[in-house]
Parts: sequence; C-alpha cells; structure tokens
Amino acid sequence: MDGSDLAELTALAPDPGTSALSVEGVSHSYGERRALDKVSLAVPRGGFAALLGLNGAGKTTLFSLITRLFDTRHGRITVQGFDVSRHPSAALAELGVVFQARTLDLDLSVRDNLLYHAALHGLGRRRAQARTAAVLEDVGLTERARDKARRLSGGQMRRVEIARALIHEPSVLVLDEPTVGLDVASKAAIVEQVRALSRMRGVAVLWATHLLDEIEPGDHVIVLHLGKVLAAGEMSEIIALAQAPDLRSAFRGLTGTAVPAPEPEDAGA
Amino acid sequence: MSATTLGRARHGLTLGGYAICLKGVLWREALRFIHQRGRFLAALVRPLVWLVIFAAGWRQVLGVSIAPPYHTYILYSTYVVPGLLSMIQFFYGMQSSLSMVYDREMGNMRVLLVSPFPRWFLLVARLSAATVISIIQCYAFLVVAWLWGVEIPDPGWLAVLPALIIGGFMLAAMGMVLSSLIRQLENFAGVMNFVIFPLFFASSALYPLWQVQQSSPILYQACLLNPFTYVVELTRFSLYSTWNPTALLVVVGCTIVFTAAAILAYDPARGLMARRPGAAA
Repeated sequence: MDGSDLAELTALAPDPGTSALSVEGVSHSYGERRALDKVSLAVPRGGFAALLGLNGAGKTTLFSLITRLFDTRHGRITVQGFDVSRHPSAALAELGVVFQARTLDLDLSVRDNLLYHAALHGLGRRRAQARTAAVLEDVGLTERARDKARRLSGGQMRRVEIARALIHEPSVLVLDEPTVGLDVASKAAIVEQVRALSRMRGVAVLWATHLLDEIEPGDHVIVLHLGKVLAAGEMSEIIALAQAPDLRSAFRGLTGTAVPAPEPEDAGA
Repeated sequence: MSATTLGRARHGLTLGGYAICLKGVLWREALRFIHQRGRFLAALVRPLVWLVIFAAGWRQVLGVSIAPPYHTYILYSTYVVPGLLSMIQFFYGMQSSLSMVYDREMGNMRVLLVSPFPRWFLLVARLSAATVISIIQCYAFLVVAWLWGVEIPDPGWLAVLPALIIGGFMLAAMGMVLSSLIRQLENFAGVMNFVIFPLFFASSALYPLWQVQQSSPILYQACLLNPFTYVVELTRFSLYSTWNPTALLVVVGCTIVFTAAAILAYDPARGLMARRPGAAA
C-alpha cells in the first residue's frame, strides 16, 4: 500500500453534523511520548464502528479523551454535536461508557450499582427504578438484580456494565475492549447483545478491540496504530485498498504487525 | 436553545438533578459503610482504646488546669474527648481518600467522573458523603464516652455539630488532595507514617498546648502551624458552646484551600491526573 492509498483512506473526514461521535485532529502526549497523533474518526448516528488496534495503539487514551477523563488539548471531540471540552455536561449526558477495567462496585448489589449510576445522571427515583428494570431485561439479568456484583461471572459483570451504560438512554455507546478476559461464548453473547441494542435503540457504538473476529463485514472499521489512524472505512474497502485477501492480512499490511489470534476458549469468564 | 441548554434540559441537570446526584453519592457511601461493619467497629474502637486505656493511665499525670474553654479543673479523659472526635474525622477522611485510591485502581472513580454533572460538584458531593459518615461515627463515640462517665454538657451535643461538619469536610478535602498524589494503594502506608501520625501527635488532641510549650518550644510552633490543631480546638470550644474565632477562621480557610486543591488535582484540564498514562482516574 502506498502513501496515496493511505491518504485516501484517512481522508474520510468526520462530519460533526451527521456524526453521533466525531473526533477531529486529536493529539495527546504523556510528557515527551506522543500517544495520539492527529486522530480523526467519526461514528454515524445509529452506526456501529470498530476501533481496531493492538495494545498500545492509543485506544484507551482516546477513550479517556472522549469521556473527558483527560482534557482534549489538541483537536476537537463532539458527541451529538456537543463539544466535550466546551460543553462537557451535555456531551457526557449523551454518552454511555464501558471501560476496559471492571468498574462495578463489588460490595453493592446489581440493582444498587445501576441506581447509583442513574443518580449520577440525575434520574429521579421512579424513572431510575423503571430504567433499571428495563436495562436489566435488555441484558437478560433481571433475576440477578439483588445479587452482590461480586457473585457474578465475568461475562455477567460485563452485561451489567453495558446495562449501566445505557441506563440514562445515551445516543452514543463507547466500549473499550469489553470482551477482554471472557470465554468465547460470553464474548459472542456480548458482541451480539450490543449489536442488537444498537439496531433496536438506534444507539451509535464505538467498539474498541484488537480481535478481528468481533468485526462484521458491514462494520465501519478504523485502524489505529501507534497513535495514528492508518485507515478508516467499511471492512471490504479496507481489504480492497490494502490489496489483501482478508482483514487480518490487510491489518498486517497496514501496520506491519500481526493481529493476535483469538483468545483460547478457556480464558475464563 | 444552545447546545448546553438542550443537553441539560434533556438530562435534567437542574437543581433537582443536582439534589438527586448528591443523594446518590451519599447513599452509596452509606451503603458501603453499612456493608463494611468492620470499618465502623475499627473507627469506634480506636478512640475508645485511647479513652479507656490511654486516658486512664495518664489521668493522674496529666491533670489539666483551668484553661479555656474549661471553667474548672477537668480530668484528662474529659480533655481528650474533643481530640478523639477530631481523630475519628481525621482517620475517616484518610480512609475515604484511601477508598478513592482504591476506586481509582478498580475503575469505580471513572464511573463518578463521567457523570454529566460538573467535576467540582461530584467531588464536593463525595466530600460531603465522607463528612456525614464521620459525623455519625463521632456521635456514636460521644454516646459511648458519655456512658463511660465523661461529662458532656447538654447544649454541647448540638453545638458541636457545625464544628464537626466543617472540620470533617476540611479533613476529607485534605485526604482527597493526598489521594490525587498517591499512585498506588501500597503507598498509603507512607501517608500514615509521614502525614497522619505527625499531624495527630503534633497537635492539641492529646495534650494542652501550654504543656507542649513548656517541654519543647519548637514542637509548640509546629503545633501552631498544624491545621489539625485548629480542628481539635474548634471542636473542643464548640462542645462547650464557646466561641473560638481563630480556630474557625483557620479551619474555614484550610477547607477552602484543600477543596480548591482537590478540585484542581482532579480537573482534567489542569490536574495531576492527566500527566501520566493509565492514570485516568
């Protein structure tokens, strides 16, 4: 792949007008080390985008900027048109987040975890209770509502985190490697559940992963490597432009690095 | 309608929304406290050990002469009660900051910080929750101290409340600043040795300042520079319904400074958290 092809792929500039999530020319450094370099990407309203990159690509830093855990000093991030730096409250109200690390309070019940999150979004008691029941039903965990979070399996915890991210009815859901450490069955269930929720509720999804088997042909794929977006487009476009037989080869061609093989089935739930 | 107004309207960032959020943070702190009964017992036993064992031992040695706010000679066990109330708040403030480090390591802190409410409000809510819990512990201790025979003036039960609120808030804010400087939970032992113990012992919590001055003028100066001394004195004077403007001014001033420093430390634009990878709350 030559420079002009790369330029053509990366020229898929985000349009904040039609995008649910838009990242424009964002850079971030830790001291001298540059973690993100002029990253631009967009997720259309109701669309599903996969952010594909190896460990150290800058995915978590990008998530920290999108969720305003870090301040965006170079570039611009908007959620439903709300600038994350200038209008953080409006932007964060539109955003549901599932972090890579487990973030449930293990001493609280599933229901209390969700009610706490609802309070953090200013949902009144009645609405919070109704939304708790609804999202637990969405992820199929209604019967575990009163269990302490620590009694759940890894896959169930992830589903509760997804339910929690959706409790305030966000229009954008961002998930940072949500299937890491899960067994194959739990992983597949979570991927399917998020896709279904996206289809049913029209929620835009940014799904960060380093696993190719989580990406489907119709997905919008963004290849992030060493802090730079190397390519963005539909899976077939990336394969075609990389002149590769499949996405795995295309990724290798773009980054010069092989994608890790799928995790073994006994990775633990 | 501007983008911000629209977002706030849709998601209820109204005064009622702020109240719900504050209530939620308080409720979560209370639930965690209830679920960790060991913490409550430890918080109660620590000052009781000082009151029942330490104070009994020093009772004859440290007869405390008449000095404000006391109008007569008092037993050492009576003198030490306000200091132990402040100790409860001090240790709970530090425990709360320890739990913030834990929350940061476990990721729970991120859940709090991605709320659409302003960061300063979330942190103040967290400080308020820690203050409320520490006050509950203080009153539990006061009841036990009273049952043990320590005389507590009737008006003092209520008069001490404002001092406990502001003192507890100051100490929780101080803990929050410390939590922003600690990278890992393991480093908290250093905080115990280099912050908590020196501040506690170099104060008027266990012995009157005039006695400290007689034995060591340098230590006396250190006690005067120690903000914890003023929390103790504010609590002591309030318990006896007496006015101590110096202590009040110092505690209010330190509360403002520590709260501002904590908000700054957790501010994504200016704080310490954004300067290192993997430290995103």
